[in-house]
Order: sequence, then C-alpha cells, then structure tokens
Amino acid sequence: MKTSDNEVSAQANAREARVKADRPAEAKTSDNEVSAQANAREARVKADRPAEAKETPTFLLDGEEISFTPGQTIIQAATAHGVYIPHLCWHPEFKAHGSCKMCTVKVNGRFGSSCTMAAQAGMTVENRTTELDDKRRTLLQMYFVEGNHFCPSCEKSGNCSLQATAYELKMVSPHFDMFYPDRAVDASHPDILLDFNRCIMCSLCVTASREVDGKNVFSMGGRGLLGRRIHISSESGKLADTDFAATDRAASICPVGVILPKRKGFAIPIGERKYDKLPINRQVTEVTP
Amino acid sequence: MSDNRTIDAVLERHGRDGTHLVQILREIQEQLNWLSPATLTRIADGVGWPRAQVSGTAAFYSFFHTRQRGKYCVLWSDNITDRMLGNTDLMDAMCKKLWLEPGRVSEDGLVSVNTTSCTGMCDQGPALLVNYRAVTGMTLQRVDEMAELIRRETPVAEWPADWFAVQDNVRRAEILLAGNFAPGSALRAAHQRAEVDGLSASNNRSFRESLPQGIAGPMAMLDEIQRSRLRGRGGAGFSTRFKWEACRNAPLRADQERIVVCNADEGEPGTFKDRVLLTSYADLVFEGMTVAAYAVGATRGFLYLRGEYRYLLEPLQAVLERRRAAGLLGKRILDIPGARFDIEIHLGAGAYVCGEESALIESLEGKPGRPRVRPPFPVTNGYLDQPTIVNNVETFASAALVALHGGDWFAAIGTKQSTGTKILSVSGDVARPGLYEYAYGVTVRQVLADCGATDTLAVQISGPSGMCLADDEFDRKIAFEDVPTAGAFMVFNTSRDMFEVARNFSHFFAHESCGFCTPCRVGTTLVRNIMDKIANRHGSPYDINELFKLHRLMQGASHCGLGNTACNPVFDTLNKFRPAYEHRLLSLDYEPAFDLDAALSEARQMTGRDDAGAHFAAHSPDEAKA
Repeated sequence: MKTSDNEVSAQANAREARVKADRPAEAKTSDNEVSAQANAREARVKADRPAEAKETPTFLLDGEEISFTPGQTIIQAATAHGVYIPHLCWHPEFKAHGSCKMCTVKVNGRFGSSCTMAAQAGMTVENRTTELDDKRRTLLQMYFVEGNHFCPSCEKSGNCSLQATAYELKMVSPHFDMFYPDRAVDASHPDILLDFNRCIMCSLCVTASREVDGKNVFSMGGRGLLGRRIHISSESGKLADTDFAATDRAASICPVGVILPKRKGFAIPIGERKYDKLPINRQVTEVTP
Repeated sequence: MSDNRTIDAVLERHGRDGTHLVQILREIQEQLNWLSPATLTRIADGVGWPRAQVSGTAAFYSFFHTRQRGKYCVLWSDNITDRMLGNTDLMDAMCKKLWLEPGRVSEDGLVSVNTTSCTGMCDQGPALLVNYRAVTGMTLQRVDEMAELIRRETPVAEWPADWFAVQDNVRRAEILLAGNFAPGSALRAAHQRAEVDGLSASNNRSFRESLPQGIAGPMAMLDEIQRSRLRGRGGAGFSTRFKWEACRNAPLRADQERIVVCNADEGEPGTFKDRVLLTSYADLVFEGMTVAAYAVGATRGFLYLRGEYRYLLEPLQAVLERRRAAGLLGKRILDIPGARFDIEIHLGAGAYVCGEESALIESLEGKPGRPRVRPPFPVTNGYLDQPTIVNNVETFASAALVALHGGDWFAAIGTKQSTGTKILSVSGDVARPGLYEYAYGVTVRQVLADCGATDTLAVQISGPSGMCLADDEFDRKIAFEDVPTAGAFMVFNTSRDMFEVARNFSHFFAHESCGFCTPCRVGTTLVRNIMDKIANRHGSPYDINELFKLHRLMQGASHCGLGNTACNPVFDTLNKFRPAYEHRLLSLDYEPAFDLDAALSEARQMTGRDDAGAHFAAHSPDEAKA
C-alpha cells in the first residue's frame, strides 16, 4: 500500500518535473533538477564504494532510521514511512510551496523546512520535540487569528487539515488577539462557494488549477497580512466569470473550508468524518481527496 | 491617445513580453494614473499571462494603484529620521490644509496624502514623493505652497525645481567617492593584463579545468578579485570571488546566457549611498558591472533601481547611451572580438523585500517579489533560470577600482578580513549628515566625532535589520568581523526614545512583509500591535515575554532574511534600553489586556446610569479597604 502510493507520487513528481522543464521561465523547477542531479551524483559516488553499494541511504528522524530515495525531501521520505510531520501547505501530489512553515524541523541542530530540504544520508532530524511543537502551535494560533475560523459552523469541520492539526498539537486557544479581517465570500459560481474567511494561503488551489486542470483560475497575489489573497482570473474578480468547474482538481484540493460545493451541506454527519475517525498523524500515507 | 492605444504602445515597446510586467505596469500607470480592471485585462491578454497573475502582481507593489487614485498622490517618507525632523506635524498640517484624512483620496478625486517607507533622503528630510517624484527638505512653508499648487491643479512639472533638488552631501571621500575615475580605464586595465583575450570563449565549462585561448583576460580579472579579497557590500559580506567563480563555472543550456544584476533597490531605511553613487559616480558602477560581465562571461546586465529613485532613470539611461557610443557597452566592447554586454534598467515599485536577491530576480521576471526557496542559488539558477550574479552597487564600484589598480592595491586598504572602504550613510542627530567613506576598521566613535554627533545615546547600524549599539559599544569597528553593515548609520542623541525608534521599525516590517510565510506575515503584525499596545500604555511584562517569544519563532522559521531579522530592533532595544519599555508598562506585574470598567462605559451611556453599581469595582478603593 505504502509502496504503491509512493510510486504514484514519485511518478507524479517526475511528470511534473518534465512538464516544468519545458517551461524555462519556471525557475524553481530546475532547482529540483539540479538537486536531483546532485543527489544522483552522490548516489553514483556511493555506488563506487563497494561496502555501501547495496545499502539504501538513511537518516535519523526523532531517533528512527528512515531510508530514502535520493532526490526525496525529508517530508517525502517520512511520509513514505508513515511518519507524520505536521504540515498544511504541502501536498504529496505537488511540488513543495514552503510557506506554512508548519513542517519546520531541526536538521543537525538548524531549523529548516522539511518539505524543501533534500534528505541526505546521515543527517539527524528532530521533528516532534517540545520545542518544535511549541513553535508549530504558535504558527497555528497565528492562522486562527489572521483569518475568521468558526469550526462549529463550518462545513469542513472534521475534514479540515487546520482543525485536525490544531487537535494534534493540542492547541486550546487562539492566544493572540483576533484580527477579524474583512474578507469576501464569492457565491457567484453556480456549483461552488468560495469563503475566503478560512483561507490559509497554502496556494494548493493555485497549483492544482495550473498543473492538473491547465486553467490558471487562481493566483496568489498582493502583499502582507492584509494584501495577500487569492486573485481570480476574471476582470470582475468573480469565479462565475472563469471556466472553473466543480469537477476540477482545484475544487477538491482545499485543506480548509474555502472551496466548497454548493447544495451539499453536511452530507456526512459530524462525528463520522475523516479526522473524527482517526487523528491526522495516523492518516499519513493517504492523499487528501 | 485613447487608453487602449496607450496600453498597446507600451506593450509593443516591451515586445509583449510578460517578464517585463513590472515595467509595463509602471509605464502604463505613469500615463493613465492608475491600473483599472480593464487595463489589467488588456495587459494580461497582451502578454498572454493569466489575468489573476497580472492583478496579483500589481497588488503586490505599493506603488501600483489598482483603485482610482488622486490626481496628486503625496507620500511622506516615514523613516525614524523623517520623524525626528518633524514629518508627522508637517503631514498633519498638509492634511488640514487639504481637508483630508491620511490614506483617503479626497472627495473630488484630486489628492491623497499618506506615508511610505524610507525614500532614501534621510540626510535631507523630511522627504516625500509626489506622484513618485522625490522631494526633499520639507518645511511648513513648503507644505502651504504645495497645498496651494495642488488646489490650483498646477502640473507637478511646473512646481519649483529646487523642491526636487537632491544633494549628494559627500562629507568624506577615500577611493570610491574621490571622483577621479576615467570611464573605460578599468576595462582597459583588465584587458591589458592578458596578452590574448576575448569574451567569445566565455561559455567554457570550467576555466580551472582548461584554459583555451581567449579567456586569459577574464581569468586574470578573477585572480585580481581574489587577491583583493573583496566582499559583498550589501551587508552579508559574501566573497565576491566565490560568487563570480560559481557563476562562471555554472553550466549553460542552449539559448542561455550569464547575467549580471546590480542591486540598487536601496530599501533599508537609513541607507542612501547607492543613490549618490548612481547620481554622480554612475560610470564607476556601470564599469564595475562590465568588469564583472567580462570576468564571468555574462552578456546581459540589469540595474534594478528602486522606484523611489525614479528621477534617476533618464540620467542613468543617458550615461548608458554615452558608454555605448564610447564602445564601453554593446557588441564589441573596447574592440575585443566577441566582447558583448549591455545593461537594461528595471525600476522597482515600492517593495523592500525586492532587495533580497532572489526576490529581486522574481521582480525582474515580472512577478511579485517573493524570495525563492534556496538552494539552488542565483549563481546557477537565477534570472529566467540562468546563471546570475547579483551584487550591490558599491560592490561593483569597488570591483571597477580592483580592475583598475589591482587586487593587491585594494587589499592593502582596510583590515585583513575586510578589505577596501565602506561608504556610510550618516543621518539623525548629527551636525553634518551625508556620506562618509572610510577604510574598514574605523570605530563607531570616530565616525560620530567626524559627523559632529554629541550626546549620542545609540547608533542603529545597517538599518532596522542591523544592530543597535549603545554608548559602551562605540569603540567597536565597522568591519565584517565586528560590526558588519550595508551602510546605514542612524544616530540618536539622549533626547530620543529608543522605544519609539523600535516601534517605527516594527511598523516598517509589518508593512514590508511579503506575506509568503506564516511566521513573518502574521508575526510582523503581531509585533507591531504589541508595540502599539505598549505605546498606548496598555502593556505589561506579559507583552515583553510575547515579543521575545515571537522573536525566537520568526528568527528560526521565517522563509527569508526579512522575517529572520524583523525583530532585531525590538530585541536589541529590549536588551539595551529596557527602561524605555518599562516606564510605559501599566504595571511591572501582570495586567489584563484591557480596562474592564472602561469597557462598560458604552453600556452606562446607553442606560443613563453612572452609580456605583454600574461600575466594575475590582480596582475601586472601597473594595481594597474591604
């Protein structure tokens, strides 16, 4: 089960790399290529040493030995082993965005994002330490105060990564003063409702629309706490004036409750939803539908 | 000309190339005053980019207006040095004259007045931008006159020319500011170090592995840079030789070329040396860029000029034109076969984060200035994925002198680890603000004496993201090994309140955070709010602890240097000037975040009651007695 999931995501990554390689303007793609080359080089160097020739490279994650395929990031390798590293903007099907910083780990004593750092043989990675979980809890509290999150009335409750992660990290209060930002709701589309009050700026909808749907319906624009938001590709700024469809990958990718199908409220009762059944740390290899 | 024809003309001039988007948006806005939804659609269609990407980019930069703006847009520079020169009162006076609320466009659509981040005129403030043209030395009289000109709708081009005069204020010169540089001399010197030369072989994989004919000159140049031990002047102090060599050795794919970028996005508040270098020493800077191109084998160059220095665009283009005519830029530089290099100027549009090299490259590519995930670094994967060096203006100027006089000459100046000179932008409580060039190793005390500072309480070095030094540290040296700096040197005397300094900087970072990563996007605003809470006398020791906690989180978890350093001024002043915070705290014990009794005042007003029972009695003297 795990293996096949990995293969699928590895294939997806390879496909993505190929697609991106055709577009020279996408600077970050070749980052991948370069690091992949570097890792391949490293692998070759290792292969020349007979003693290690048959060994798969490994690193230590909270004391547990994790093997990895050269080119994998830390979080990819951990996920392949069913080990949970908290995250919000990372999704196994897509290239890392690196913005939520929830997956921050300590690599050989230094902070780094596990979704963008390549796994390297022999590294020591701290993940679920008190220090790191404290920082993650603060980041979660930042999310809860910068947006308008009302779990009890949210259709995504029980299926929401933000909520599930907050349970996992035992966040009991938002701690900071709420910002109560003024964010728009877009109900223009016949089949889809957009409630930006819940947006965590992960950009997954942007990526899915661009790379899977080939539509570029969304773009993350603007600057700073008040300015940064999803821009919609129409002059009116309304979803109805785009070619967005409820069957798009982007329509089902949102980890929180921004992009919701209309007329399907509470089809699955609260208590029987994804994270009601098992906590998020035990659903690691699953891909969000 | 109709709007559409204006838009199309600009699009045509840029070859409908989306990577020029920031320039396209700026040029169209300069003519149409703002970027309407229809304008953005036409631009998106014209360059063939998703409309959301175009509107998202326009919304990223402070200087782009996606809502109708006033015919006159006045932006007061709001660095702490402008504050100390009284900009707040002047801006209030202007708003009163014009019957305006700050940040709002007047009812008749004539004018808006607001603040902006430091415009780089700290030695001649209070400064402002009017329709993005720099104005210096504001006074109450000028406020009156300016309000009158706005009311009469006199075009900015007809305003008194002396308002737009910008002084160099060079107070102390060593090698860079000496001003005796002959254009072309550095390139000729570099070329003459090798007998057989040319740039044509610049695509060679690694010059250390093989040495074909034709790159002896570039090699010799790199060796001079190595001998000079030149380090980057932007603050980080990275070895220039390592950067250049890595770029030169980076493999090129088909249709790629190497790129030289000069970072003139001088956004760090309190820094204005690059403005002077580009005003009066532009040949030295461009020659340094050309020397770099020669050394690394680059054929294309960019000067990324901050939007606040818009007024320098035409003079700089004239310098480039002159250099082309003199054979110092273009297809056959100094008549060397294959020696091809030219420089384009790209203007920023009000975004401090674009000073970070990968964000700057994103902006050059027509995108929001969002720092990239690194590695890989720009030397291998920079502008449009091509090997790119990004260096500071002053670094290139220094490189030109290394080419001219040799590395050994340069390395003899300064200290062992910090060779050459550093230009300091001195402002604040000093008798003679302006530029001071010193050999590295000069003490802070010496600088203070030279610029006529008395009763000095503190010096903020290298801007808000740098460090704050108290008087027991004034014997420390300006050098990479002691006090590194990008050039800002803001002086505060004993009449100043260091809490207010830090609070000003916290507002700056909250405004300039790009918003990409959570710790910086939310953290900078939380820090700003806590600083405001303390300023409003609602703070308690709890808030001090919160500041430390946020500092620890942002320093470790942020995506780039902006978030990592955003708490530095708060952290430094908390450690060195703690009483400035504590005398504002409501009590040195813990206190509730708000006054419960005051919160009841609205209810009392509504019910018409004001008896004892309508008051929260927790802090009443009666209860204390009971």
